[in-house]
Amino acid sequence: MTRITVTVDGTRYTDDVEPRTLLVQYLRDRLGKVGTVVGCDTGNCGACTVHLDGRSVKSCQLLAVQTDGHEVTTIEGLANGATLHPMQEAFRDCHALQCGFCTPGMIMQAVDLVTENPHPTEAEVREGLEGNLCRCTGYHNIVKAVQQGAGAMSGGQS
Amino acid sequence: MTVVDDRPATEVGSPRRRKEDARLIVGRTRWTDNLTLPGMLHLAMVRSPYAHARITSVDADAARQAPNVVAVLTGEDVKDIQGGLPCAWPITPDQKAPTHPSIAVDRVAFAGEIVAVVIARSPGEARDAAELVDVEYDELPAALELKAAAADQTLAHPDLGTNTSAVWTFDSGAAGTGGDVEAAISAARDGGIVIEREYRQQRLIPAFMEPRSFVCDPTGEQLTIWSSTQVPHFVRIFTAAVLGIPESKIRVIAPDVGGGFGGKLQFTPEEVITVLAARHTGKPCKYTETRSESLVSAHHGRDQWQKLTLAATADGHVTGLKVELLADMGAYLGLVTPGVPILGAFMFNAIYTFPAYHFTCRNVFTNKTWTDAYRGAGRPEATYAIERLMDELAVEVGVDPLEIRERNWIRHEQFPFTSVCGLEYDSGNYEAATARAKELFGYDDLRAEQARRRASNDPVQLGIGVSTFTEMCGLAPSRVLGSLSYAAGGWEAASVRMLPTGKVEVVTGTSPHGQGHETAWSQIVADRLGVPFEDVEVLHGDTQVAHKGLDTYGSRSLVVGAEAVIRAADKVIEKARVVAAHLLEASVEDIDFANGSFTVRGTDSAQAMAEVVWAAFSAHNLPDGFEPNLDSEATFDPVSFSFPHGTHLCAMEVDTETGQTTMRKYVAVDDIGTIVNPLIVHGQVHGGIVQGVAQALWEEAVYDDAGTLVSGSLVDYTIPSSADTISLTVDQTTSPSTTNTLGTKGVGEAGAIASTPAVVNAIVDAVRHLGVNDIRMPCTPERVWTAIRGASGSGGPSTAAAASHLGAGAPNHDPDSGAATQGGAQ
Ligand code: FES
Ligand code: FES
Repeated sequence: MTRITVTVDGTRYTDDVEPRTLLVQYLRDRLGKVGTVVGCDTGNCGACTVHLDGRSVKSCQLLAVQTDGHEVTTIEGLANGATLHPMQEAFRDCHALQCGFCTPGMIMQAVDLVTENPHPTEAEVREGLEGNLCRCTGYHNIVKAVQQGAGAMSGGQS
Repeated sequence: MTVVDDRPATEVGSPRRRKEDARLIVGRTRWTDNLTLPGMLHLAMVRSPYAHARITSVDADAARQAPNVVAVLTGEDVKDIQGGLPCAWPITPDQKAPTHPSIAVDRVAFAGEIVAVVIARSPGEARDAAELVDVEYDELPAALELKAAAADQTLAHPDLGTNTSAVWTFDSGAAGTGGDVEAAISAARDGGIVIEREYRQQRLIPAFMEPRSFVCDPTGEQLTIWSSTQVPHFVRIFTAAVLGIPESKIRVIAPDVGGGFGGKLQFTPEEVITVLAARHTGKPCKYTETRSESLVSAHHGRDQWQKLTLAATADGHVTGLKVELLADMGAYLGLVTPGVPILGAFMFNAIYTFPAYHFTCRNVFTNKTWTDAYRGAGRPEATYAIERLMDELAVEVGVDPLEIRERNWIRHEQFPFTSVCGLEYDSGNYEAATARAKELFGYDDLRAEQARRRASNDPVQLGIGVSTFTEMCGLAPSRVLGSLSYAAGGWEAASVRMLPTGKVEVVTGTSPHGQGHETAWSQIVADRLGVPFEDVEVLHGDTQVAHKGLDTYGSRSLVVGAEAVIRAADKVIEKARVVAAHLLEASVEDIDFANGSFTVRGTDSAQAMAEVVWAAFSAHNLPDGFEPNLDSEATFDPVSFSFPHGTHLCAMEVDTETGQTTMRKYVAVDDIGTIVNPLIVHGQVHGGIVQGVAQALWEEAVYDDAGTLVSGSLVDYTIPSSADTISLTVDQTTSPSTTNTLGTKGVGEAGAIASTPAVVNAIVDAVRHLGVNDIRMPCTPERVWTAIRGASGSGGPSTAAAASHLGAGAPNHDPDSGAATQGGAQ
């Protein structure tokens, strides 16, 4: 067991974890942050994407111990109280989700993408989301949502 | 209840943002794997690495001793209580099928089959201990390749004595719905056109994003099962039937479910085992599969060889179509496995007025993962075959592929039209959808560009692919299902409950997993009852709440399920009308209902629905003998299938030097009747199209010679990413259905049915002048390049090119099939 202290969605947690515990397991099983989900066992689907110190990571590809002393944001901590993040708004407005299973990871990745590149072209959005798979939407509305969300993010929150 | 001013004139037709999303976008979700219950135990499966083997021993002692392992169950342990998994669709009286145990007892029939389950306090400990289960196998020869299996070269189940499960035939001459195909073919051989082709429908994997998860809690009076399923009602019935538990003691809940596409239309070994484990330990048990397990053990789809003979007059009027299929069942028959090709049987004639038709399908066992429904189930296969053939016919006649279709399709004034299969298509307008698609596509300009590129010998050639599809969906009229020997009916149930505070609860028997029923049903009920959209709550997916239902698949939810909702709402209005008449001191016949208000005709006295609801609730002042209850139920059994249609056009660029293909443009104009929510419709079409494109370009479940699934991870089973796809142009034309109240038609499968042939037709069109007339799916750069290289280069249709995809060494090559596949015109 290793003791870690990690801030998740604004709350500081201290826990003893097995060294082999993946970050996503820690989030889901220990903290009950089940908004973040697991879609694969090879690091391909991106469903588990969260932010580590503000940048997107696949939480199935990190050990919980690697986040000791760091800050993690999950989909559950993205909205500002009752005010949705503009990217969340854009996903709803553009019907960018159907079953919603890929959505938490997709939104977290989209926010990261736009933070890096505030005005992405369609091609840049498509490249930037390549590591996040969706089986429902065919990506059309996701791409639209990310561009709309980018506009809202740079134009200040609505 | 108050009237909301900014409401659209009618909810139906308005692009309402989905109710479902408010939770999903903030991660407030109830996936089955999210559930944790006190004392919960976790399961890990031990799976066979062999495609076909006798189990000689299972030694679980070491696993039982491992830390925090509570129990290990083997086939031997449960063989007397596990029953056999059901097939609900025996397509012929003499259909052959092996028993399908949830845990294999003495023999495994595919790699991935479960041979033991470890039950431990944590998933990690269960998985670690599963590694310790020592299973000894005697390997048996495996039946793998479909054609070889059909020839009984190796038996998948030696006890059956054959690999053929069933042979099913439809013949329009025999059925009296059309002429004799053999006569049509003979006639066409003399001065007409006969096109013979063989197409491969590769094996696909539904690959829903949420891996399957099951929880069973045995601690209450009712056994409660949470399942990531499309079909909670089926799971309840079959848990009862297979395990001998009274149905009334079983509650099944499908909480949030992350996609299905047919892949979760199943009753699975994993479900049975989770129940067995919970009953064995007396504790809640959970099983969540890994992605690798999902790809190898959740059922696969498609997997057919299609032998096709099309007869036509010299000017391209089709006179007959003969279809001979081989369909790979895999190792076992699932819920509707044998019926999947039969769902396509009536669709090879598609939108055309073919006078004669024959269909035969041989269902064949192999030692591979079982197959069953995958988006479209039978209809994409049929659509692919006929839409590829119509392009071939156009080449023979020397006209544009749209022109050949127009010569053969049902004209809009011919509806309702009875097809050569005896199905009545209620409405449609192929001319209108095609005209709109051509316009959006810029058809003539792209054809001109194609001609320029050909003339200049551009290394990047342009091809245009057409797919004018229809499908039969809205499963299904119960009588028709009965005549096809399906075990259940096809009705759907709903109830509408009027709460005293003015809110409305709608209970539906459908079980959405991404389709947006909560939003769409709310729109429909808001219009019907004149209540605000926000006041409608849609409940589903729990057999204790929605006790009656047949769930979600086959593009049935709107056309069957929502029709039941409408009828239940109308019954509420009829009951409320009686109360309103009483309150208004008028006779029932004089009461009108509109916009949520009951009025006495010719007067301005009125009662709002909310007031009537309250009156019924308080029951102080009701007509004598009136039961104080406005709640109503309805069950709707459709009288016919739903026949959406559309024209899809695809432009593909093909680099003739590398075989690389790039999608340039995709236009879909679908006619799905009346649209309830255009936003949801577009989403369904987008997603469907991309799944169909993925079959054309990328996806294939590949097995090696030992029967191991090679494409067993998302690294190797290449579902498309955003970087692989383009933005699509989607529009609709509308011919309302005449078989339901709103005039709606199904849309869930349309995109996946239409798009595959559009893409392949485009690729073939791009390189046809190089002598290519077929490329086997998925059309990878290597296959495209090989086809170009192997073609004669003489231009036009050629027998050599037809055979290119059956070259020695190609997967699924059958050494005996050469003669049958020497295509080309005769
Ligand atoms: S769960 Fe698939 S990438 Fe993390
Ligand atoms: S919305 Fe279902 S996987 Fe993306």
